[in-house]
Amino acid sequence: MHRSRRSRLIGIAYLAPALIFVLAFTAYPLAQMIWMSLNNWSLITPPRYVGLANYKRAFSDTQFWVSFVFTLKYTAIITPLLIVGGYLLALLTAQNTPLRRITRTVVFIPVVIGLGVSSLLWYWLFSTDFGLVNRILLDLGLISKPVLWLGVDADLSNLAITASVVWKVIGFGMILFVGAIQAIPTEITEATLVDGASYRQRVTRVILPLTLRTVLLVTLVSVIGSLLAFDQFYIMTAGQPQNETATSVFYVYLNSFPYLKLGYGAALSMVLALTILAFTVVQLLLTRRSHA
Amino acid sequence: MTATVELLRTRTIAVRARGGRTGYLLAAVCIAISTVMLLPLVLSVFASVKPTAEAAASPPTYFPHEVSLDSYQRLWTYQQGLPTYLANSLGTALLTIALTLLLTVPAAYALARFPIPGKEVIFVFLLLALIVPYQALLTPMFLTFARIGLTNSLLGLAVLHTAIQLPFSLYILRNSFNAVPRELEEAAIVDGASSWQALRRVFIPSTVPAIVTVALFAFIMSWNEFLGALVMMSRSSKFTLPLILATSRTETSLGGTDWGMLQAGVTISIVPCVLVYLLLQRYYESGLMSGAVK
Repeated sequence: MHRSRRSRLIGIAYLAPALIFVLAFTAYPLAQMIWMSLNNWSLITPPRYVGLANYKRAFSDTQFWVSFVFTLKYTAIITPLLIVGGYLLALLTAQNTPLRRITRTVVFIPVVIGLGVSSLLWYWLFSTDFGLVNRILLDLGLISKPVLWLGVDADLSNLAITASVVWKVIGFGMILFVGAIQAIPTEITEATLVDGASYRQRVTRVILPLTLRTVLLVTLVSVIGSLLAFDQFYIMTAGQPQNETATSVFYVYLNSFPYLKLGYGAALSMVLALTILAFTVVQLLLTRRSHA
Repeated sequence: MTATVELLRTRTIAVRARGGRTGYLLAAVCIAISTVMLLPLVLSVFASVKPTAEAAASPPTYFPHEVSLDSYQRLWTYQQGLPTYLANSLGTALLTIALTLLLTVPAAYALARFPIPGKEVIFVFLLLALIVPYQALLTPMFLTFARIGLTNSLLGLAVLHTAIQLPFSLYILRNSFNAVPRELEEAAIVDGASSWQALRRVFIPSTVPAIVTVALFAFIMSWNEFLGALVMMSRSSKFTLPLILATSRTETSLGGTDWGMLQAGVTISIVPCVLVYLLLQRYYESGLMSGAVK
């Protein structure tokens, strides 16, 4: 009895630092954000309680919707590219031959470099007069004069940024898909070979169904990541033209920091957090079910 | 049974024979993909070693006609100088690793081995940051940090990065601590070891791979993180590497961006991540698998 009480106290002592840290730097900011979102607050004036006014304002704010819809559009375009592309790469490289291992490693390298840094690299590659993308396209005769990729036309900017992010993160899905494909028991693979199944049949009837859970998980992780996009747009277009390429996180950032509309920024953050939460709950339910 | 194996063998051989030409085609596809993926990195390195005039040429050249370290020299003395920004980035990353391990190793130990009431609830609470994206918490965090002097501070940024990284790290470490055989620690306790000694002599040595994984992910996240640093650091002497590079992109845009210097910075930022990844690839991939399949 005495011993168990003592070890309980020791356990709590080991746990306390992490607990206090999460209380102070995750739970407290969360509570503070909820409170701030109910107040009209800039750094110069003291906070004034306004109820749900900040939320009402968001729903009638044109830029909020422009940002929200643009973010959804970006997500809807990039997600299938990442999932289908990543899966095809995984099918190509799932065997453990030296060439395939090397290909996997090379495709994965951009995943470990920063999104900010890769955006700076592509900001140069897509630059109108100094970038190599235009140079290559001109040399191949695909375009007749340099294209203004970034910050002039929203769709063209979206296309360029999507290409750069596909390069940067496609290896993430690939590695997880390879893991899932390699985890398929060899007996199953051998059985399908004995049955004389074609490669296409093996992919659609065996490999894909057995790795579906990983596909769903990677899709959700990708969707959440894309809904939170910021670095690539801040660096490559700065939200231009006319904030048409300012994503949801970008708009929160603009309101909270350059504009110092802290209450409004907090309300926008809440809407963002709730959107993400909806997707996370779906993800947790999916994992929970497949564990049982 | 033997017949099946025999049949299987002939089938496999048939597949292989049929796959001869396909095999070469697939190998060519692998090589083509690897080339396309490496190309941007190679072009960036090339751009960083072009002499000043060539780096600013329009249209740009593919290969440097002459190798020069001019761009690196300009970056070395840009504003506060490269050493300051490197020190800021590295300092923040090391502080993040230290804080993350100091918090999560004992917590994982407690969760794996001590009879704490409501343990599962506490564990879920500690993973709170998984469901609340830090991007949404930056506004209140900035206010709190400003009040307690943690803005424009490497420690402050490291605290933010630790908050981001804590759930993943705790999850990995708890699983690893759970997998340590009880006999090992019982032997130590019979020898009169305290719980602290058991942690140091039994648990930490048997969970080294998990600890390396946690440190590796903390390093890469902190070294690369952009938005949090942008919010927390307003004084340019406290900028991390990605911040000063992003600034150099806009600041010089009137007189023309210094593309050579920008790509020198990109190269310098990329090298540590790629090196650490290649050296510790096994840990990285195992962390990715267990983190994503949580």
